[in-house]
Amino acid sequence: MAAAGSASAAVLAAAPSPALALDGITCTFAARAGAKGADAGRYTAVRDTTIAVAPGEFVSVVGPTGCGKSTLLNVAAGLLAPSAGGVTVFGEPLAGINRRAGYMFQAEALMPWRSALANVMAGLEFRGTAKAAAEAQARDWLTRVGLAGFEHRYPHQLSGGMKKRVALAQMLILDPQILLMDEPFSALDVQTRQLMENELLELWGANRKSVLFITHDLEEAISLSDRVIVLSAGPATRPIGEFAIDLPRPRDVAEIRMTPRFVELHGAIWHAMKAEVLKGYAQSRQA
Amino acid sequence: MRKAGKPEARARLALYHALLLLALFALWHALTTPGLVTEEFAKNTAFFFGKPLQVLKVTWEWFVGGKIYPHLGITLLETLLAFVAGSALGLGVGLWLALAPTASALADPYIKAMNAMPRVILAPIFAVWFGLGIVSKVALGVTLVFFIVFFNVYQGVKEVSPTVLANARMLGASRRQLLRHIYLPSATSWVFSSLHTSVGMAFVGAVVGEYLGSAKGVGYLILQAEGVFDINTVFAGILVLTAFALVLDVVVTRVEARLLVWRPKTAETEAL
Repeated sequence: MAAAGSASAAVLAAAPSPALALDGITCTFAARAGAKGADAGRYTAVRDTTIAVAPGEFVSVVGPTGCGKSTLLNVAAGLLAPSAGGVTVFGEPLAGINRRAGYMFQAEALMPWRSALANVMAGLEFRGTAKAAAEAQARDWLTRVGLAGFEHRYPHQLSGGMKKRVALAQMLILDPQILLMDEPFSALDVQTRQLMENELLELWGANRKSVLFITHDLEEAISLSDRVIVLSAGPATRPIGEFAIDLPRPRDVAEIRMTPRFVELHGAIWHAMKAEVLKGYAQSRQA
Repeated sequence: MRKAGKPEARARLALYHALLLLALFALWHALTTPGLVTEEFAKNTAFFFGKPLQVLKVTWEWFVGGKIYPHLGITLLETLLAFVAGSALGLGVGLWLALAPTASALADPYIKAMNAMPRVILAPIFAVWFGLGIVSKVALGVTLVFFIVFFNVYQGVKEVSPTVLANARMLGASRRQLLRHIYLPSATSWVFSSLHTSVGMAFVGAVVGEYLGSAKGVGYLILQAEGVFDINTVFAGILVLTAFALVLDVVVTRVEARLLVWRPKTAETEAL
């Protein structure tokens, strides 16, 4: 069940290069206020983590809250330089911002002073696309995410789900080869969330990108992914298990949760996660 | 300053506002005219407070005779120039210092000291430097407007959401594009939210500057009248300035509503 584990540098050179490879990533931060004991002065969020995403593969990373999942994603995006280890993108080492990746943030990331249309256009505008062409594409993308007619609304005039759709269009319009998603739907209610998950799968299925999807929700991870990676509780998070999800596609996220295979996978992964979740919970209570 | 929602409620409120104003003028009149009060008392109060009918008469003559317009024009021009120059300077320096930590750390105590200093005392210095014309009044207004805008811009840049910033970087924004598309809009929104204060301050700078030494402007009219103990004309000047400040405030409110459409307001519902 566990898929081929950590890919070493030697294997990377031989096999067709993965779309995204995090190799031996360690992230150590300066002391957080109130740190005590021998570790005072340092906080290691992620230790020696290796994750590879093949072209067209949908990989989810699950782990207890506060375990440094977002840190990993920021490293993959090039927003954060790791303390040790390296990132390669289609075989090339990453320096600076990852230009081949789109990032969907957990928090509100739309520019509040731009309308939905202008927000979706932003990436093309930054890249110097002519305004008329950019606008036509942005309209097209807003239609594709079901927001035709909302072009001139400002973010504060849109609901939570609509804002996520705008963010999705804003990311996808640049046609990135890698999608980095940081609990993008965690702020949505359950129904909206399942709708958005299905839409994401549909958009992804039409034009398969590599996805690194971060979530703390195991059901979401299983129903969306080809592979689920389980992280240990922080500090010094590292992968403790990998599970290939062999559920058939196309999937409906609401329905697939009822299938026996889903339940079986859920049981197996939950078994691996449980100890870490409890550990994370105990730590957060101490803090 | 909340306005009542329904039109009839708003009309009634406007009526009460007018009645209150009328009552105040009536009280003023009653206390400064012999009749209700003794002649001796009325004479004293009229010396200190002027007589409302006289004040209105002076105001009327100013506007009908056209004497006020050049002065009002000058004051308006000074206000406008001080506002524009002070805002531009505050925006530029604010953006620069907010994005350059070293320069900001170096300038910090000086900015604080200059802001703490009562800037009205600079008026005589500006008069020496720039003469008694428009420039010295504009300079005084600029020193008042600058700090309001500066602190707002500084705050605006510091409070740009890190997520919005990271998102723009992921979308491919260069450093210059970040400045133009993220920092500037965020900072200008803070500038606009301080528009009332900064326009008010530009106005204060203009009038105080005129009052301390000039040859034109509404402040100059007040100064002249005060020199000959013409209390009615002083009050007329104050009346004109107040009305003028209110008009400016209304204009600013309109401009603000136009420019900040993207800003969330508290829930708007309509009465059925």
